[in-house]
Amino acid sequence: MSGHTDMVLVDENGLRIDGRTADQHRPFKVEAGVLNNADGSAYVEIGKNKVLAAVYGPRECHPRHLQDPTKAIVQCKYNMQSFSVSDRKRPGPDRRSIEISKIISEALEKVVLTELYPRASIDVYIEILQANAGTRCAGLTAASVALADAGIPMRDIVPALACGKADGHVLLDLNKEEDNYGQADVPIAIIPSTDEIVLLQMDGNMTREEFDHGIKMAVAGCHELHELQKDALKRRYSKKAEEGSE
Amino acid sequence: MTEIMSEIKRDHMLKLIAEGKRLDGRTPTDVRKIQVITDVIESADGSARVKMGKTEVIAGVKIIPGTPFPDTPNIGVLTTGAELIPMAHPTFESGPPGEDAIELARVVDRGIRESGMVDVEALCITPGEEVWMCFVDIYALDYDGNLFDAANLAAVCALKNATIPGEQYGKGENKPLPITCTPISITEVKIGNTLIVDPNFDEEQISTARLTVTTDDVGNFRAMQKGGRGSITLDELSLCLDRAVEKGAEIRKIIG
Amino acid sequence: MEKRNARQTREIVVPGDILDGTGMRPGENAYVLDGKVRASVMGVRNVFQNTVGVIPLRGGYMPTSGDTVFGVIVDIGPSNWLIDIGAPYPAPLHVSEVPWKVEFGDTSRFLTIGNVVLIKVLAVDESKKISVTMKDSGLRKIEGGRLVKISHTKVSRVIGKSGSMISMLKNMTDCRITVGQNGWIWVDGDDEAADVAVEAIKMIEELAQSSNLTDRIKEFIEKRIPQDEDEEYDDEGDE
Repeated sequence: MSGHTDMVLVDENGLRIDGRTADQHRPFKVEAGVLNNADGSAYVEIGKNKVLAAVYGPRECHPRHLQDPTKAIVQCKYNMQSFSVSDRKRPGPDRRSIEISKIISEALEKVVLTELYPRASIDVYIEILQANAGTRCAGLTAASVALADAGIPMRDIVPALACGKADGHVLLDLNKEEDNYGQADVPIAIIPSTDEIVLLQMDGNMTREEFDHGIKMAVAGCHELHELQKDALKRRYSKKAEEGSE
Repeated sequence: MTEIMSEIKRDHMLKLIAEGKRLDGRTPTDVRKIQVITDVIESADGSARVKMGKTEVIAGVKIIPGTPFPDTPNIGVLTTGAELIPMAHPTFESGPPGEDAIELARVVDRGIRESGMVDVEALCITPGEEVWMCFVDIYALDYDGNLFDAANLAAVCALKNATIPGEQYGKGENKPLPITCTPISITEVKIGNTLIVDPNFDEEQISTARLTVTTDDVGNFRAMQKGGRGSITLDELSLCLDRAVEKGAEIRKIIG
Repeated sequence: MEKRNARQTREIVVPGDILDGTGMRPGENAYVLDGKVRASVMGVRNVFQNTVGVIPLRGGYMPTSGDTVFGVIVDIGPSNWLIDIGAPYPAPLHVSEVPWKVEFGDTSRFLTIGNVVLIKVLAVDESKKISVTMKDSGLRKIEGGRLVKISHTKVSRVIGKSGSMISMLKNMTDCRITVGQNGWIWVDGDDEAADVAVEAIKMIEELAQSSNLTDRIKEFIEKRIPQDEDEEYDDEGDE
């Protein structure tokens, strides 16, 4: 976030280096049910981000001391594969991954009907195969689909997208350069049926107007992403119904 | 890394295998359907996603300038790592690589290193000071037996389409990683007195011993690893070696 | 278990989807938000009397009192066995709930790890602790045969309307078939017939949503096992 570059991130026509306007998100792709063993799984691409999520559960809670007698706990583990970034990342959790795992677990605990499974654990695994700014959003987006794919009861499916600022412009869905050399990054996740926010982080420098503008774009972008999440699940399981009726 | 298998399933499988049949209809020497997609990860210098039946593995290569080992000042460095991540199987736990992941990585590494697949002598940048370091990282995504062969295949295919990123580091033009051959491993397990190739998860669970044999393009042996708490006879070893050459050649043809 | 409405749409709903906004009450797997009933799982929208809910397409098995299920012994204690029944929680079977007199510490003599048992769920309390018994008639340790595991959501398709599907499977393959509510199904019979029965059951799971399922299964079995007209008398006794 504090890098410096001579590169122009947003030109005089308001176009970004990848040709987008300030309010355009990158191309989305969402697929459900992509793995065999996992109870639920999903694959998501947001721009050049490629993310795989898998869910096991509800199942017995390990470690036992974390068991909650009144509800299930959601344990999420976010991991970046070593070749997912341009400078190879050493395998193993780093402080950033641990923080991201925590905030994603908390976001999901708000939507999953955890009271139905006391003492159990719902384990969510997010692997970043390729990163290009916004991996935590892509990860949470995939994790939500994987939970629904696993048949775990939840209030809604959660989409996540970031807004930010670069070259003084408020932008939707930052790419890598905008994130590295820009002035603000705001990942956000919502519950689409109520627009409640379940994940929010911000770093950088924004005025109140800039922030409000960014959030508005991000929420709208989340709603669009949500349509793809629902569609991915329906496509996966409607196909089976169609094949069956031939 | 065990799941409790019902006695009924175990007995049924043991009976079938003693008759030379497998639950999924394969013969003892059939390898499952192989699917390979290369160049799947742009941020990697080489990558491949491999499926053998329902087992799925992804491997990525990152090539970075670094310092050579003092005793080999002009030779590039090759390092292989593997992780059995929890998404791949309900019994896999999070945490640093355990003995299974470490053994897997070392066996795959041995086949690649001993066959000279990567021409490490051509990876020198500045003699005595700087060489290319080639990191191969393998992740199991879905585990239904035989990670050894799937991981080896993924690593080999990722290396085969890898590019040395000279431009990224200001060390010349990008060029393909120099490759000399294609080492292929073939893994078998022993169940009762029968040896079967490319075991799935259930077959591994009821097996007593495992043998992985890696061959090169001319059918010479480059690496071997026996695993499991059982034993194999000299005749069984001989059978495995024959099959490793034959099946290795078949797979080499599939990946081209 | 809610009765299916014969006219239900096969439209798939996902969590958060609105099922009704006209004042119906929430059925299974549904909740109310701002006066509208919404789905909480992925499945098929289902109307029952004046409630609307979802029949799940996916998801693990949650036991209810009275369910008869198959299980595998996964652990042994001095006065109980722990049984995996495919639920989020293992079910402890206490020595007082088996038909034998078991001395303290002697449990492994009666049932060992890997044994398959047919048991009944007695109760599930608020903290989802499951109690089971092997004392009812028909409940026992299972020997031989095959155990097929399908999704518990497809059990009713394997049984069929008034048991029509399962009767057909049993008659056509001449196998004993017992269906556990957890989707674990035991098949016992002649090797090849059992193979066909197992495949047929897996087909039912795969094609559960199709409309002419019974005919397709019948056709499949007929191709593999020729059906005699007269099945009462078996003449092939002396081979």
